[in-house]
Amino acid sequence: MTSAVGAAAQGLVRLPVWRARFVLFALLVAFGALLARALYLQAMKTDFLQERGDARYSRVLDIPATRGRILDRNGEALAVSTPVKSIWAIPSDVAFKAADKRKLATLLAMSERELDKKLAAASRDFVYLKRQVPPETAEAIARLRLAGIYESPEYRRYYPAGEVTAHIIGFTGVDDSGQEGIELAHQDTLGGRAGSRRVIKDRLGRVVEDVQSIRVAQDGKDIVLSIDSKIQSLAYSALKTAVEHHHAKAGSLIAIDIRTGEVLALANVPSFNPNNRTRLTGAQLRNRVITDLFEPGSTLKPFTVALALESGKVTPQTVVATAPGRMTMAHYTIRDVHPAAALTVAQIIQKSSNVGAAKLALALPRESMYGLFQRVGFGAAPSLGFPGAAAGRLRPYKTWKPVEQATMAYGHGISLSLIQLARAYSIFATDGELVPLTLVKSASPASGEKLISTETARAVRAMLETAVQPGGTGPRARIMGWRVAGKTGTAHKQENGGYAADKYLASFVGLAPVSAPRLVIAVAIDEPGGHDYYGGSVAAPVFAQVMQGALRLLGVPHDAPLEPLDTPAAEEAREST
Amino acid sequence: MAKLNLLLLAVLVACALGLVTSQHKARKLFSDLERERSRARELDVEYGRLQLEASTWGLHSRVERIALGTLGLRAPDPRRVRVIGAGR
Repeated sequence: MTSAVGAAAQGLVRLPVWRARFVLFALLVAFGALLARALYLQAMKTDFLQERGDARYSRVLDIPATRGRILDRNGEALAVSTPVKSIWAIPSDVAFKAADKRKLATLLAMSERELDKKLAAASRDFVYLKRQVPPETAEAIARLRLAGIYESPEYRRYYPAGEVTAHIIGFTGVDDSGQEGIELAHQDTLGGRAGSRRVIKDRLGRVVEDVQSIRVAQDGKDIVLSIDSKIQSLAYSALKTAVEHHHAKAGSLIAIDIRTGEVLALANVPSFNPNNRTRLTGAQLRNRVITDLFEPGSTLKPFTVALALESGKVTPQTVVATAPGRMTMAHYTIRDVHPAAALTVAQIIQKSSNVGAAKLALALPRESMYGLFQRVGFGAAPSLGFPGAAAGRLRPYKTWKPVEQATMAYGHGISLSLIQLARAYSIFATDGELVPLTLVKSASPASGEKLISTETARAVRAMLETAVQPGGTGPRARIMGWRVAGKTGTAHKQENGGYAADKYLASFVGLAPVSAPRLVIAVAIDEPGGHDYYGGSVAAPVFAQVMQGALRLLGVPHDAPLEPLDTPAAEEAREST
Repeated sequence: MAKLNLLLLAVLVACALGLVTSQHKARKLFSDLERERSRARELDVEYGRLQLEASTWGLHSRVERIALGTLGLRAPDPRRVRVIGAGR
């Protein structure tokens, strides 16, 4: 009380106590209001405010993923994705001057009318003006600074080898997912998965901190194919030349490295340019090697002969009576082009005798014939992991009539694809093992199932070598520097349930070098026009050209002297299947 | 007592400044990292483009055309070829 007394003593006015109390109370109320507000903001509206705050500096970024490349066995690019832009518009927002419109139309390589038509769709609030525009063009468009015109990143797939590898690689759609071929078969591996992440950006738009990864992006993985683009290109051009020269409808070829089961080349004519896929026909798109079925004709005879040798009933020197060059069974006559009184088993292959093959087949049980055909892969789609692989037709042996068994000996009444035929021939190239095929590069040698004995495989290989010597059906398959073995086929095409009289499928399947086989190549030429329609004159030269080039490219040692070959035309045998 | 408090205050200020500096440095480094990453992406794209170009220039058909046409090369006569056996 001394101070109050002092104050009074000094003559100061003493204020009423309630005024101080009032100020205190007012301050407390203000604090209370502040606290309540703070509580409200902090506890009730925190999410909203946090979001607003984040929006000032935090951004969600898309992480694009690129599609994997497809490379050939030597690392050469066969399919590569590069970034492009797509230009799109919000029609209702678009407003530009006539001059700008003209510029835009020129940059988009379309007429102003077309542009107007696209933008006229005012009901829609989004329209693509052009997709897959080169980055430089997109930049030029961006520089025009047009309202309502936007761009977004995309990828475009380029195929440098174009039509040469079109059927193997296939192609992708605008959405960058595979639609055909390897692009489709390996979509899971090739296709990347775009991701996104939340980041903090500074005033200048630089990313300064990674806050959180929302989804991890995954780039597609590269695929290395077994294809050798040099051999592929050689095969394609040889095939194309042959198809044009013989006025044929189509042609196909497959080359297999039988040590590893890798497909080194797979070509079809007609082909298409995968970089520009306007006006495509089904005929161009078809991968005939894998999807087209045909009656193989004489190329199947070696299997019949192999089975006959396996049964132990005949040897290559056993003589089979083939007089008078025809054989009638149940109103059906089997004929030979070169009638002979008797042929050895080896000569049946060399001269491609239908009667001989039929006689050999009839001496065998149906089951064993069916068994071999089935085991070499006929009637079942090859496990290549390639879309659209055809299985072919191999009827169960119980439904075979004797005449059918006889005709099947030379490849009638059974249908298969070229890839099945080429693979089946691997048993003659590997001492009896059926090699599993692959389109993807593999380092390890393939080990297949042994189907026939080593002796039989070698005996048939020796017979196949005589078939390409002068006097056989396919001397034009021979090449300089390497010994070749193979079999021709000239089959009538099936049409409306019967055989067409003047439509043929010329084929040739062979292997080289005979001393230590490395490659099997199968060629089929569909409907060669003109008088030259034999497998030995249409398909065999293609085989020879590709085989020679491929062996040279692979550096396979020679097993024959390097001397020019000459074949007197008269020494070439003809065949009718 | 007051001395200790002052000392702690000084330490606190130092720590706070350190935190700010290191955060700044981290962000700076991160933005550098981002820049390098996007450069890596660009280079990858460039690599793809170059691969494409190499494949296009090296097309077998083009090489053949130039070899036969412009350069006038041809396959040697087989009689003039000697094969050198490896390891024999």
